Amino acid sequence: MAETNFDVIVVGGGPGGYVAAIRAAQLKMKVALVEAEHLGGICLNWGCIPTKALLRSSEIYHNMLHAKNYGLSAEGIGFDLDAIVKRSRKVSKQLNGGVGHLLKKNKVTVFDGYGKLNGSGKLHVEKDGKGIADLTSKHIILATGARARELPGMEPDGKLIWYYKDALVPDVVPERLLVIGSGAIGIEFASFFHTLGSKTTVVEMVDRIVPAEDAEISAFLHKSLTKDGMEILTSAGVKALKKGKDTVTATLEVGGKTEQREFDRVIVAAGIVGNVENLGLEGTKVKVDRTHIVTNEWLETGEPGVYAIGDVAGAPWLAHKASHEGVLCVEKIAGTQDLHPINNDRIPGCTYCRPQIASVGLTEDQAKERGLKVKVGRFPFQGNGKAIALGEPEGLIKVLFDDKTGELLGAHMIGAEVTELIQGYGIAMELETTEAELMHTVFAHPTLSEMMHESVLDAFGRAVHF
Amino acid sequence: MPIEILMPALSPTMTEGNLAKWNVAEGDNVAAGDVICEIETDKATMEVEAVDEGVIGKIVIPGGSEAVAVNAVIALLLEEGEDASALEGFTPSAGGAVPVGEAPAAAEAAPAAAAPAPTAAPAASGSRVFASPLARRIAADKGLDLATVSGSGPHGRIVKRDVEAMSPGAKPGAKPAAAPAPAVTVDDPVFANMPDFEAVSNSNMRKIIAKRLTDSARDVPHFNLTVDVEIDKLLAMRKDLNARDNADYKISVNDFIVKATAYALTQVPDCNVAYTDDAILKFKQVDMAIAVAIDGGLITPIVKDAANKGLATLSKEIKELAGKARDGKLMPEEFQGGTFTISNLGMFGVKGFNSIINPPQGGILSVGAGEQRAVVKDGALAIATVVTLTLAVDHRCIDGATGAAFIKELKAVVENPVALML
Repeated sequence: MAETNFDVIVVGGGPGGYVAAIRAAQLKMKVALVEAEHLGGICLNWGCIPTKALLRSSEIYHNMLHAKNYGLSAEGIGFDLDAIVKRSRKVSKQLNGGVGHLLKKNKVTVFDGYGKLNGSGKLHVEKDGKGIADLTSKHIILATGARARELPGMEPDGKLIWYYKDALVPDVVPERLLVIGSGAIGIEFASFFHTLGSKTTVVEMVDRIVPAEDAEISAFLHKSLTKDGMEILTSAGVKALKKGKDTVTATLEVGGKTEQREFDRVIVAAGIVGNVENLGLEGTKVKVDRTHIVTNEWLETGEPGVYAIGDVAGAPWLAHKASHEGVLCVEKIAGTQDLHPINNDRIPGCTYCRPQIASVGLTEDQAKERGLKVKVGRFPFQGNGKAIALGEPEGLIKVLFDDKTGELLGAHMIGAEVTELIQGYGIAMELETTEAELMHTVFAHPTLSEMMHESVLDAFGRAVHF
Repeated sequence: MPIEILMPALSPTMTEGNLAKWNVAEGDNVAAGDVICEIETDKATMEVEAVDEGVIGKIVIPGGSEAVAVNAVIALLLEEGEDASALEGFTPSAGGAVPVGEAPAAAEAAPAAAAPAPTAAPAASGSRVFASPLARRIAADKGLDLATVSGSGPHGRIVKRDVEAMSPGAKPGAKPAAAPAPAVTVDDPVFANMPDFEAVSNSNMRKIIAKRLTDSARDVPHFNLTVDVEIDKLLAMRKDLNARDNADYKISVNDFIVKATAYALTQVPDCNVAYTDDAILKFKQVDMAIAVAIDGGLITPIVKDAANKGLATLSKEIKELAGKARDGKLMPEEFQGGTFTISNLGMFGVKGFNSIINPPQGGILSVGAGEQRAVVKDGALAIATVVTLTLAVDHRCIDGATGAAFIKELKAVVENPVALML
């Protein structure tokens, strides 16, 4: 008979769940992972990874269109959308198989089905409505993730109104595209389709796009995208969508005035909601606040022996945060010494629009809200040799230091390849360097990272190249 | 050129010792790690292992010699390809000329020596305090001495939260609120009328000992339970075991007590615990910390999962750990994280004593000297070998009856060590 009692059961095989399972296995625990759909979760199958594959295609396409800027000639430049999508799906498939292999290597028992709490320390697993297993464990980790928030009257139909899953496998590049929401997901899709030729309109409810980023970065991106021909409507809303045969008429509200506009496709990216339903939380002490499970700093819910990590446990909705929480949760269960809760002020975030955005730590507004006096440093891509050589002179690196202690409070970047730069500041923050160590660090020339140095120097009035 | 084997220093304070016996004879092949001889000091008998491989060319100091100076040449080892002729005309370097602490590695002077050069011992714990740059700056702004701060970062590194937590809002120069013990400095007037002294700066280890034990003595409610245990059966068993043919171990009384304590903790697991404000942590394994005196302080290397190890394994591990401790070669994981501590001062003739708990552990056992005492058996005086064991426990997580149940179990198993076979 198959084993049904485990040291730890993880419900959900996304970047939170599968990492938690592997870490538990490393700590010599007997681990079960229950996954209903696909190992790797949204991130790997319908999120971070396949979008990066799409955006890589659009980036290369963009470079080809601008070949002559580099002294190159290219003719007959075009794309095959079907092939772009196929490549993206192939990338996901490859990594999905990789996760399966990692779990097997770590001797994690994977159950293919939906897990549901069924009394203290018990989990019922169903597949196609039929019970396939009843598992027991003293520790059950919920890592069920999140899904797109559906707006009433704007539900996805897979044809005219797309959510991220539809937008990842598009059948056409819409001539006129409306994107509702300018968070990371909305702005990445807007960037992708805009580059491939869609006339793109982005509608954002609040007064600036990518509202989670520093206001200066939002403004920089706004300017850059509009210059590139994208239409951006802030402090705006979509009152209604009326579907025609192959078009959608949107009622937009901008600056108190409503107007009717016709689009070919609409992408709705208006946030996400946690997958808290059908988990058997009823009758437990697990507390749900709106759509996420409430936990303490150790990812423990109100119910002893039940934990929640990743998107289902609330913001920030980032794969790497989920993975880190998974590790922390499992190590806490294992009684590992010297653990510390995750410091949300040190979780980096990356958005792959063009130009890219990357940030870690507090924004200038957040720092001021906390009553901190800050020193701000900035350095533009124009002042960096490598950026000029790359033909990428558009961008900015901004850093914030605590005026009193010299603590690096936050870093905000926009421009080419900044998603690969941010971790330098991430390490600096975790190691608690002050401006002094960053100034003493020798940055290699010629690199984009020199701007990270210059930006620090600028905060103290010492920037050399600008 | 033959390699000199030198009289090792078994403790930092040892200047001479007895070479009890040779386990090898001239002409024997030895490999690195082979036990070649036994050295006795006033405290213990230790086995000496070969550092290099080769053939014993000449035994310079015969077995049974007393008062052999540390670093004296006790034997010569022929390297591969050398024969006894290499000994002719070879003048051993002067015994005792090599500074204490570098033996026996210093013997490794032959330029063509094939043996791997021993790696330099890590610098003895100096005064370096590990702290993040930000923590250093905040501490400096607040006027905090980092040596008084205990770090909560990786490997005990002092990070922002540690210094922020201390005396929030304190003005520079203010004493940290968490250290109420009055700080006495060298220039304190109280020393003015005292005799001349030499001020030995506090090493980092000294500061840590001072801080941790002050915290423990002040904040942990200790109580003590004392029992006298008869060890005659244990001594007989030890003698039998050590006398076995091919015995490649030499089990000490302390090894038995470590084993018995670990066993008793598995029988009364409520004493293998740590107190936290949220919960009492009941450890699922006994990791036994053993107090070892070293130059300038003490350290507690840890025998992991001591309850599930046999006496021979335990004995070997304890010897290895104690050796590394004295050489300053313990890795952090070898001295951090035990669940219970044993401190033995029996070799100094101490009858019994109380120890201070090493937090976050819940208990510590103090072991006195084994000595013949008059005991009353069946209404008549008799002679028995008796050891006094004193348990100190943290009353926040271990109550009197629980502690008593443990020490009763411990007494039972020490007096009838055959139970350790179970």
